[in-house]
Order: sequence, then C-alpha cells, then structure tokens
Amino acid sequence: MARNMAEIRSYTMNFGPQHPAAHGVLRLVLEMDGEVVQKADPHVGLLHRATEKLAESKPYNQSIGYMDRLDYVSMMCNEHAYVLAIEKLLGVTPPERAQYIRVMFDEITRVLNHLMWLGAHGLDIGAMTIFLYCFREREDLMDCYEAVSGTRMHATYYRPGGVYRDLPDTLPKYQPSRFRSAKEINRLNEARSGSLLDFIDDFTTRFPAAIDEYETLLTDNRIWKQRTVNIGVVTPERALNLGFTGPMLRGSGIAWDLRKKQPYEVYDRMDFDIPVGLNGDCYDRYLCRIEELRQSNRIVKQCVDWLQQNPGPVMVDDHKIVPPRREAMKGDMESLIHHFKLFTEGYSVPAGESYAAVEAPKGEFGIYLVSDGANKPYRLKCRAPGFPHLAALEEMTRGHMLADVVAVIGTLDIVFGEIDR
Amino acid sequence: MGTGENLLERVQASLGAQALETGMAHGILVLQITAESLVPVAGRLKQEFGFDLFLDVTATDWPQRRPRFDVVYHFYSARDFVRVRLKTQVEETDPTVDTLVPLYGSARYMERECHEMYGIRFRGNDDLRPLLLYEGFVGHPLRKDYPKQREQPLVPYRDVKP
Repeated sequence: MARNMAEIRSYTMNFGPQHPAAHGVLRLVLEMDGEVVQKADPHVGLLHRATEKLAESKPYNQSIGYMDRLDYVSMMCNEHAYVLAIEKLLGVTPPERAQYIRVMFDEITRVLNHLMWLGAHGLDIGAMTIFLYCFREREDLMDCYEAVSGTRMHATYYRPGGVYRDLPDTLPKYQPSRFRSAKEINRLNEARSGSLLDFIDDFTTRFPAAIDEYETLLTDNRIWKQRTVNIGVVTPERALNLGFTGPMLRGSGIAWDLRKKQPYEVYDRMDFDIPVGLNGDCYDRYLCRIEELRQSNRIVKQCVDWLQQNPGPVMVDDHKIVPPRREAMKGDMESLIHHFKLFTEGYSVPAGESYAAVEAPKGEFGIYLVSDGANKPYRLKCRAPGFPHLAALEEMTRGHMLADVVAVIGTLDIVFGEIDR
Repeated sequence: MGTGENLLERVQASLGAQALETGMAHGILVLQITAESLVPVAGRLKQEFGFDLFLDVTATDWPQRRPRFDVVYHFYSARDFVRVRLKTQVEETDPTVDTLVPLYGSARYMERECHEMYGIRFRGNDDLRPLLLYEGFVGHPLRKDYPKQREQPLVPYRDVKP
C-alpha cells in the first residue's frame, strides 16, 4: 500500500477561482509533481461580459464607460485608446490643453495601477504593510478622479475631441466625523484648499518620499528577495515571442515604450526615462514598476506646470461630435437640435478602420475599430495587454514550486476585466 | 521615425507582389493577402523585416459578402516601431487559415479566442478549446447573425480534469 502511494506522485490541483491570490477570477488547473508545477492550464472567462458585442449595438460615446470597466484599475488609459481610435477615423485633433490633461491623467492612472499592483503583489507573497501604505496614496489620486468626473473609478472623462470638462478650481473638503480627528481633517483639507492642480502639485512633491517608504519595506528585504529573485525568468527573445508589452517586456531588458517610441498626444514634449530590467525575473519587474512610479510622477509634475500657465479650451468646437454648452441650448435652436441629435443618435464615423494603441500601465492596450459609416462601431476589438501575459503563465511557472505560482500571477499584473472582456 | 517609414516602404515594395492589395491606413501598412500566402508572408515579416511582436488576431464578419470573413493580424516591430496589418478573407463554408504558433508563441491563445468567437479554424493549432466561453456553448457569439436573445443550455457541473 505504501509503495503504491509513493508511485502516484503526479496529481491535479485546482487553484481558484475563489482564491485571494487569483486576482479576481482565475481558475488554474495545475498538474503537480509533489510541490513542483508540471503544467498549468488557466481557465478564464468567468468575468466575460461581451464588451465587444455590446459596443456594436450602441452609439460610440455610450461605449466609453465600458472601456473603464475593462481594466478596472487603469480606467482612463483604456478610454484613451478608444477615443484615439475614434478620433483617427473622424480626423479630429483635441486642443493642446486637453492633450496635456490626458497625459496627466494617464500618468495618474499609471500610478494608481502600479500602487494597486504593488499592494496586491506584496499581500500575495507575504508583505502585509505595503498594501496599507499604497492605499494611502491611492486615496489622494482617487480624489483627483472624483474631482474631474464625479466618480472615483469609472470616470468616462475622455471624449472624442477632448475631455469632458476643464479641471475644477475647488476640491470637496473632508467633513468632521467621528472616524477622524480634527487634526487629521485639517491636514487633509489643507492640501485641498486650492485648485485641483495645486492639489496634484502638492501630491507630486509628497510622492517621492512615499516611494522611498515603499522601497524601505521591500527592495532590500531578504524575504521579498527570496520570493522574487530568479522566479519567473523570461529571456528577451521569449518575451517578444510571447507577445509581452509594457513592464513585462522592459523587465526582460527591452527598452520598449510607446510613449517614447511612438509618442501620442504630447508625450514627445515630456522629459522622462524608461527603466529597463536585466534578468527578467519578478524582482526586476518590481524594480521597473517602482521606477515607473517615479517617472510618472515627473511627467505629472511637468503637465501641472504647463496646465497652470496655459488656460484654454479642452474640447474641439464642433457640435457635430461634442455637445453644446447647456446655457447656449436655452436660447439657441441650433444648439438644442445638436444636443438632441447627439444624445439620441450620436454621430456617424466615416467608414474605415483604425488601430490606436496607448502605453497602458500593463502594456500596449490597443483598439481595432472598424466603421461602416454608421453611428456605432461595426467591429471593436480590444487588444488587452494582460491576455498574452496570462497565456505565458504556463511557461513561466513550469518547474517552479506551488508558492511561486502566486508570485508569478502577481508579477504578471493581470486584471480579469481586460482579459475576459 | 524616418527609418520606420523606410522600412514600411521596403516591406511594401518587397511583399507587394504577394499581396492582393496594399495601402496605408492611419500610419499602419495594410496588406491584403490570400489565406495560402499568410504563413510565408508572416514568416518574411518576422525574419527579413524584424516584425518580432505579434499583437493580435481577430476577425470581422461581413454576412452579405463572399467570402464572408476577414481575418485580421497586427504585427509590430520592436526595433523600428512600425505596425503592419495583414488581412485575409475566408469563406463561411471553410473558414480555415494556417496557424502562426510556430512563428509567434503568443498566437496560441489569441487564435483560440478568435476560433470560439468566429469559428475560424486555425490549422495546426492543437489547442482550440473554448477560452472565454464555457464548453457546451452553442454558436459563435461575435458573428453578426448570432441571435443576441438566445438562451444557452445550462451545463451540468464539470469535473476538474483538464
């Protein structure tokens, strides 16, 4: 009997979908030899919402909100790719101020995403405190989202032709409550006393110290290094072959970044560096993302400086695609008609096809848009960066221990909103 | 950007003979090719011109047209930072193209998704199980003639065996 038990070493194990380290709804069927992974088969689709099919039945603007819900920790970057694809077909260029606002919010989104990733990744492999530290800064950035769009997550802020409205001059203040002391409320409200730009400016001065704080917790931490160094190593050749983009590719040593190599909006005027890893393991990807936090902070700072000095329109002045001002509607028949047409029927986009890609925090997020000249997309395909990353999970975990699977899932930075769509 | 545009011109000049139609669309070189020449063209793109990143494969459904489906590929050169789109048409009766898995590992899952959404068969891809949909799902939901109101059969509880 004991002899038989020893012979059966290989067994199948079910990981997720209800597992805290599965980052949402990942079901992995693992074939194990003892504690070593032989084969990993991801079963996904539990969050499939048919976004691409839904978009085919709605006017263009009504699908912007769906883009937020794809990768639900980097909301505005997804919107960005979608509106860029529409703008390419329409032949519209947003005003300069709108482009700066977009770049600024793309970078705020990148910080949001990387903070979420850092916290969750730390939590997955046993570093509890970092999660709380990250969410402290995330809270401030969520307030920026709220200030411009009214929502903290699903902003629907970018529109074809610009952004929905200009940055506000005031921010909501914290009210006295029994959960916070008066001293703490004063501290929070002090930064919120000026305009949104003042608040973001203040954030960019505070944030580098916060990153240093994260690094003291992790970068030289012996346990952290044991869990991440030489785990999930991907060579540059394999990374390209597997379709990696973003920090996954840069962690393997390829200095690929759409913001530098194919600049969109005003990224060509920004001064920033691309961090690149050496070994392509989990630790290098961690270092890359930490450095990206610093670089994003630099870009946000440059945008704030420009925006403070250059007021102007944030939307194109074409009421065929942009709603007129509400005051104008009260007395002007034409504006009323434009408004009615835009919100019932939407606008028609010339027939053609376009592919727009942005450097989302996870990699290249692309939208392939086919229009047949109607007011809704004929075909919309979202190229999610996480999809090829997840597909590489098997190759990255083969031969590793079970506990390393969790580290690899963390380093992939997968979010099922975009993979399942 | 100069080298990238030169590269696209070279690609267009060199692969134009194998293509039915070529053109630029919003900064992307579009090559319309036959299903048979897909693998040779993709191979030359990778080996000769350095398009080392396979971004995406998807399909478009034109129910009124013969052949009915476009299969659309996007490639990227991580050296010269330019993009190429390959398009090939397949019939509804035999929607088959060759797989690109031997050239690009990332094609494996993307073809799997395209297969379940449109029913395009990728000859040579040994793993075309459903990915986002469950086993037992009837039909190909992104086809234009898929009835949106259709209720799918409920599947009994499945065993965990892969």
